[in-house]
Amino acid sequence: MASEYGSAARSRMIGRAFIYGSLVLLAALYLMPLWVMITTSLKSLDEIYGGSFIGLPQAVTFEAWGKAWSQACIGTACTGLKPYFINSLMMVVPAVLLSTGIGALNGYVLTKWRFRGANLVFGLILFGCFLPFQAVLLPMAQVLGKLGLSGTIPGLVLVHTVYGICFTTLFFRNYFVTIPDELTKAAQIDGAGFFRIFFSIMLPAALPIMVVSCIWQFTQIWNDFLFGVSFTAGESSPVTVALNNVVNVTMGRKQYNVDMAAAMIAALPTLVVYVVAGRYFVRGLTAGAVKG
Amino acid sequence: MTRKKSFSDRLADWLPRLVMAPSLLVILVGVYLFIAWTGWISLSSSRMVPQYDFVGLEQYYRLWATPRWHTAVANLFIFSALFLAVTIGVGLVMAILLDQNIRAEGALRAVYLYPMALSFIVTGTAWKWILNPDLGIQKVVNGLGWESFVFNWITQPKFAIYTIVIAAVWQSSGFAMAIFLAGLRGIDNSVIKAAQIEGATLPRIYASIIVPMLRPAFLSVTVLLSYIAIKNFDLVLAMTNGGPGNATEVPSTFMFSATFRRNQMGVGAASAMMMLMTVAAIIIPYLYSELKESRDGQ
Amino acid sequence: MATLEIDRVRKAYGNMEVLKEVSISIGSGDFLVLLGPSGCGKSTLLNMIAGLEGITAGQIRIDGDVVNDLSPKDRDIAMVFQSYALYPTMTVRQNIEFGMKIRGVPPAERDKATREAAELLQMAHLLDRRPSQLSGGQRQRVAMGRALVRHPKLFLFDEPLSNLDAKLRVDMRTEIKRLHQRLGTTIVYVTHDQIEAMTLATRVAVMKDGIVQHLDEPQVVYDRPANVYVARFVGSPAMNIIPGRLIEGAAGPELEMDQPDGGKSRISGVAVSEDARRQYAGKPVLVGIRPEGFSVAEPGQQAVQAAIEVVEPTGPDTLAMFTLGGVEVIARLAPRTAHAGQTARLAVEMAKVVLFDPQTEIRID
Repeated sequence: MASEYGSAARSRMIGRAFIYGSLVLLAALYLMPLWVMITTSLKSLDEIYGGSFIGLPQAVTFEAWGKAWSQACIGTACTGLKPYFINSLMMVVPAVLLSTGIGALNGYVLTKWRFRGANLVFGLILFGCFLPFQAVLLPMAQVLGKLGLSGTIPGLVLVHTVYGICFTTLFFRNYFVTIPDELTKAAQIDGAGFFRIFFSIMLPAALPIMVVSCIWQFTQIWNDFLFGVSFTAGESSPVTVALNNVVNVTMGRKQYNVDMAAAMIAALPTLVVYVVAGRYFVRGLTAGAVKG
Repeated sequence: MTRKKSFSDRLADWLPRLVMAPSLLVILVGVYLFIAWTGWISLSSSRMVPQYDFVGLEQYYRLWATPRWHTAVANLFIFSALFLAVTIGVGLVMAILLDQNIRAEGALRAVYLYPMALSFIVTGTAWKWILNPDLGIQKVVNGLGWESFVFNWITQPKFAIYTIVIAAVWQSSGFAMAIFLAGLRGIDNSVIKAAQIEGATLPRIYASIIVPMLRPAFLSVTVLLSYIAIKNFDLVLAMTNGGPGNATEVPSTFMFSATFRRNQMGVGAASAMMMLMTVAAIIIPYLYSELKESRDGQ
Repeated sequence: MATLEIDRVRKAYGNMEVLKEVSISIGSGDFLVLLGPSGCGKSTLLNMIAGLEGITAGQIRIDGDVVNDLSPKDRDIAMVFQSYALYPTMTVRQNIEFGMKIRGVPPAERDKATREAAELLQMAHLLDRRPSQLSGGQRQRVAMGRALVRHPKLFLFDEPLSNLDAKLRVDMRTEIKRLHQRLGTTIVYVTHDQIEAMTLATRVAVMKDGIVQHLDEPQVVYDRPANVYVARFVGSPAMNIIPGRLIEGAAGPELEMDQPDGGKSRISGVAVSEDARRQYAGKPVLVGIRPEGFSVAEPGQQAVQAAIEVVEPTGPDTLAMFTLGGVEVIARLAPRTAHAGQTARLAVEMAKVVLFDPQTEIRID
């Protein structure tokens, strides 16, 4: 009996060790690219060409970061990523706020003030979440031109808001569906109107989903490349487009440390958001898959 | 005494629809009208600028007569099949391993998922560097003593598409893991206990009971990953820019270069419509079933 | 305090008719219970009284004023919901004051009203908590407090006790009754629980399929249900509906019911009008007998033969099951007076027997 018990315990131990071993190995694999990016960005170019890839830098230098930020050449302009980083900020902040605000109102109407055809409207909006944007690039370019917005940050804000509404509406609709309709009825009897109910009751109750929506939109819009490369050129590009240009410079000895520093700079805002509010980020990710 | 509906009450009745109207209008224009517009251009003779004439399916014939498009479609199939299979496999394994009462589960989950927060351009930049045959992984392995080790896929036309699969799996498997894990957490524990009492081993329980119960999660993951695969554009551009040659061309890069670089607007529009139809064929039935289920559930 | 008249009110969603010509009118201070299973239209009717849903046809009048086109806030009503519908991000005090704030009640008055309501419902110590920090019963109190401070003409309750556990439900029921007696407000109360209807109402409207089946005082609804549906819905265990036959006996009309052994049970003394006696003589009828209408017969008393199959002691009495007229019948007897397997002679309280037409299922008078 005792030995049997011991062998069961041992096989259990081996099982646990195997599970933990696999998990740690996977974690190492997933962290490797980030590790390589960071260490490479802190090495001197000579060290990199000398053959150091995976190891720690012999001498840590922030030179590459400085270059990526303020000197690297994007096309012919050697301004570094700084102006493009600012472009992205100017684009992302209004687009996130607008799309989240509109999505909140839409979700509120679609759940608490259902009208005839509300389901059809929701279906139409929902498909927009899965639109391959290639199908609208051409007309959008034409319309932005007509509006005088092509190649501008406000133009990108408009585009991101329009297509962002789809996801934010989905988020808020699925959230408000879980709030009992009786709440709206009670407020109506208390004399509150449409907007009063929205601002005094619904919005304060929707704080978690607002965070989800803002984080999701921020990540999506910051990371966008297709709209940026299609609708802007030169100085008005967002940081992702600028990063791609920096990396694809073909002249001279390739400055891998600057490339990696530039990639880190472009990645930092979303990484920081992820580290600070990862829980909400995951909820946004799974919202498309888990119905409300 | 009968009181009539006041003006403000009437307005209040219409307010919800009025609030919804701008969004609906924007979506109708930005999604559906624009799709129709693209559809029209695909039926016109447009090249450098849009022409609003009608040439039937000429652009579609031209599209399918382009070898480059054939490469793009073939690549999409190879990429999607491998990407889906590997991502789902890896994601499922990670989810099951994480579901075993793991200490530090939160931290591990965060590690598996962080690539999803990155831009594909960043991912592509990083992997391009890692897969660089002169200075990257190959060099490291060579340095460890395995002199003959060769891993130069990114420069080989025949293999470059697989490097994109590697980077895409790295970026997206955490996403699959998150959905599978949510599905696993939704399964009633008593099912596992009942099976254990009947003497089933843990791997057996997973293979015959738990994984089949994850069907809805499989459906979601498959659909959403297919969508990611079809619209994949940034990653290809950042890693290979469609090359070497046009070995890693995919429909999204084809559409972009036809429209904005090669003055073949009509062909570009036709390719965009092909992409749209593929996505619609996958997404619309999915959304329909999801919506129907949630309505039945009420 | 107000009267409420519901006058030939209809409600349809497209082709689906939810309410078909409902007419109910109650006086000031009445406690009307709308009783029925889910889907009978009772909640829809309540929402229409509140102004939360439109009226397809007919009129609703509060104190004589037609309110069809008034928005909820202008109807001078208050409503308590099944899920309590407390605003989750506000404290109890803010919940209670929200409506007064909107109507521009000055702070001092708001405070006074809130304190009065809190005292009345013994929840003064809860005022600064949030709904999530309250128990089910406490939330129910807050919801009632929120309704109370409005001093409405009409109180509406939508299944307010359904989310509470059994013990609490009884306590809150008493509390609502006490509140009604103390304030004397007109109340409309929706429930599917017939005990709540019996205990609370001054008037009960039993509804099914969008039609009011029976509207009367609860005791009348219980004793003389308008039809078989009402008879079965009100009372637990339900009224026994036994197929039988009305026969002219020597000493007047008699009821004849089949026994499982092939014999017939006959009882005389049934209360039936001359018209009905003529119309149904020799014809089948449905005999409605409440379980407590049976008792163990004294020697010499007229009785039905009951081969008892199962007994269920409940404490105060014993339920005995047997077959009569081809259906299972339940009798509520004194404890220890019946045993399974025994054949008992059971007397029937003839004054409480109700007859129904087997085709229309309507009560025969």
